[in-house]
Amino acid sequence: MTEETDLTRRHFLTVATATAGVVGVAFAAAPFVASFRPSARARALGAPIEVDVSKISEGSMLKVEWRGQPVWVLHRTQAMLDTLEEIEPRLRDPESNQSDQPDYARNRHRSERPEYLVVIGSCTHLGCAPIERFEIGPADLGRDWKGGFFCPCHGSSFDLAGRVFSGVPAPTNLVIPPHTFTDDRTLLIGSDTGAA
Amino acid sequence: MSTSQSEVRKMGAGSRFNQWINDRFPLQKLMREHATEYYASKNLNFWYGFGVLSMFVLVIMIVSGIFLTMNYKPSADEAFASVEYIMRDVEWGWLIRYIHSTGASAFFVVVYLHMFRALMYGSYKKPRELVWIIGMLIYLALMAEAFFGYMLPWGQMSYWGAQVIISLFGTLPVIGDPLVEWIRGDFYISDITLNRFFALHVIAMPLVLIFLVAAHIMALHEVGSNNPDGIEIKENKDASGKPVDGVAFHPYHTSKDLVYIIIFLILFSAVVFFAPTFYGFFLETANFEPANPLVTPEAIHPVWYFTTFYAILRAVPDQLGGVILMGAAVFALFLLPWLDRCRVKSVRYRGWQFKVALALFVVSFVLLGWLGLMPASGIYLTLTRIFTIIYFAFFIFMPIYTAMEKPKPVPDRVVYEHG
Repeated sequence: MTEETDLTRRHFLTVATATAGVVGVAFAAAPFVASFRPSARARALGAPIEVDVSKISEGSMLKVEWRGQPVWVLHRTQAMLDTLEEIEPRLRDPESNQSDQPDYARNRHRSERPEYLVVIGSCTHLGCAPIERFEIGPADLGRDWKGGFFCPCHGSSFDLAGRVFSGVPAPTNLVIPPHTFTDDRTLLIGSDTGAA
Repeated sequence: MSTSQSEVRKMGAGSRFNQWINDRFPLQKLMREHATEYYASKNLNFWYGFGVLSMFVLVIMIVSGIFLTMNYKPSADEAFASVEYIMRDVEWGWLIRYIHSTGASAFFVVVYLHMFRALMYGSYKKPRELVWIIGMLIYLALMAEAFFGYMLPWGQMSYWGAQVIISLFGTLPVIGDPLVEWIRGDFYISDITLNRFFALHVIAMPLVLIFLVAAHIMALHEVGSNNPDGIEIKENKDASGKPVDGVAFHPYHTSKDLVYIIIFLILFSAVVFFAPTFYGFFLETANFEPANPLVTPEAIHPVWYFTTFYAILRAVPDQLGGVILMGAAVFALFLLPWLDRCRVKSVRYRGWQFKVALALFVVSFVLLGWLGLMPASGIYLTLTRIFTIIYFAFFIFMPIYTAMEKPKPVPDRVVYEHG
C-alpha cells in the first residue's frame, strides 16, 4: 500500500459518486413531480363525455356539464343556418380569427357538422351564462334579431354560431370545445380523436 | 473552552448551568456574534427598523397561521364555511383571522419600506450584493406565500384571482397548457388545486421563508449593516478592534427596535380592530361571496401589494409580452448591484441624477399600484403605459446616469446631525 494519494482516481470517484447521486435524486424526484399532475379520479371526471344527439329535436338545445363548465349542444334547423351569412356584417369576428375553437370549427357554422353547434355556455366577457333567444325579432332585442344568445349581465349578444356581435362588451366569440361524432347519433365532447 | 474543576466550583448555580450549556452548544458564541458583539452604526435612523419589523410580522403570521390551521378545512366544499366558522363560532377566531389577514398586508408594507431604504442608502452595493439577492428571493417567496394564502378562503376573488394568475403560465409557448394543468392538478381550479395550495401555504413556503431569512441575516452579519451615510464602519476601528462608529446590536439597537415594534403594534391594532377589511383593500368585497366557477366577478384585480406588477402586465396588448414584462419588472431589481455604477452608497452624498431617478421610480411604483386597481382602458391605460416606461427607464438607463453622477465628498465618520 502506497502513502501517496492517487488524485486521478480520487477525482474519478468523486465525479462518479456525484453523477450517481444526481441521477438518483432525479429518479427519486420524478414521482413527486408526477404526483402534481391530474390524478386518475380527476382525469376520469374530466374525461370526454358522450351525448346521444338523436334525442335532440331540430331547433332545440341540450345543456350538459363538462370539466365544471356548461356545454350546449344546439341542433340547428336549415332556417337557423341560413341566418348565419346575412348577419355577418354586424359581427365583430365573423371568420373566428380572434376566437378560441378547434381548426375544424373555424368556419361559418363553427362546428364539425353544420347542424350541431357545440359551444361552452360561458360569456367571453366575464363568464356569465348567456340565455338562448331563438325567436325572431322579439320586442326587447329588436326587429332585426335573427335568433342567438344574449347575456343578461352586460348585454353581450351572439349569433346562432356563438359569434359575437360588434359593439358589445364580449371581446371574442363563444368558445368551442373539441368535439367529434363517433357515429351518426353519438357526439363526443372533450376529444376530437374519437378516443373516449 | 472547558473550565477547570476549581473554577467551576466557584461559580453560582446559574453560571454553572450556562457553562454546562456552552460546553455543549455555542449559545454564548451565537449571542456574541449576532447580538452583544455585533456592531451596527450609531446613526441608524427609523428606516432601519423595517428589517426587524419584517421579522416580527413573520412571527405574527406563523403564530396566527398555526391557530387558523386548527379550524380551517382545505376542501372546496368546506373552505368558505370553515372561514365563516372561525369568524363566528370559534372563540376569538375573528381576532386570530383578522390578525392574519391584516398581517399579510402589513408584511408587504414593511417589506416595501425596507426595500426602499436599501435603494435610498445603497445597501445593495458591494459588499452587500448577496444580502440584497437573498432579500429579493425572500420577496419572491413572500409573493408566492401570499398568492397561495389568498386562495384559501375560497371566495370569488380567491378563485378568479387564482384563475388569472395561473392562466399567466398558460401564455408560455409549448409548455404553457401542460404547465397550467400541472399547477392545478385538474382541468379547472378545483378542490385538488385548493388542497395543494394549502400544503404549499402552510408547510413549503414558510419553511423556505424561514431558511431564507436566516441566510439573509447570516450574510448581513458577515459583511455588517449599512448606515444612512453609506460608510463602512469596519474600516475605522479602535484599539480593541471595535468599530468607533458602531454600538452593540444588543442592548442598544434592540431597545430602540422595541419602540418601533410598539409603534407598529399601535397602527396594526388600529387596523385589526377598527378597519379589518381596510375599505376593501386588505379583504376585498368580492371575497365575501363563495367561489363560483361559473360566474366571474365584475372586476378582477389582485390585492394591493401585487397591483404594480398587475398594471405592468396589462400595459402590453399582447398577453405573452405582458407576462414577460411583468417578470422583467421583478427581475430587474435583482440586477441593481451591477446596474448602479456610482461608488457612493447613500443618497445623502449622491448626485442629482440618482435622486431624480429614485423619486421618479417611487412615484411610478406607487401610481402603477393605484392604476392596477383601475380599469385597463382609456386614460388609465395611457397613464399605465407612461409609468411602465418610467419604471423600466430607472433600470435601463441606470448604468448611464449613475456613471454621470458627481457625488459630494463622503465623510470619514458617520454624521449625527443634519441641518
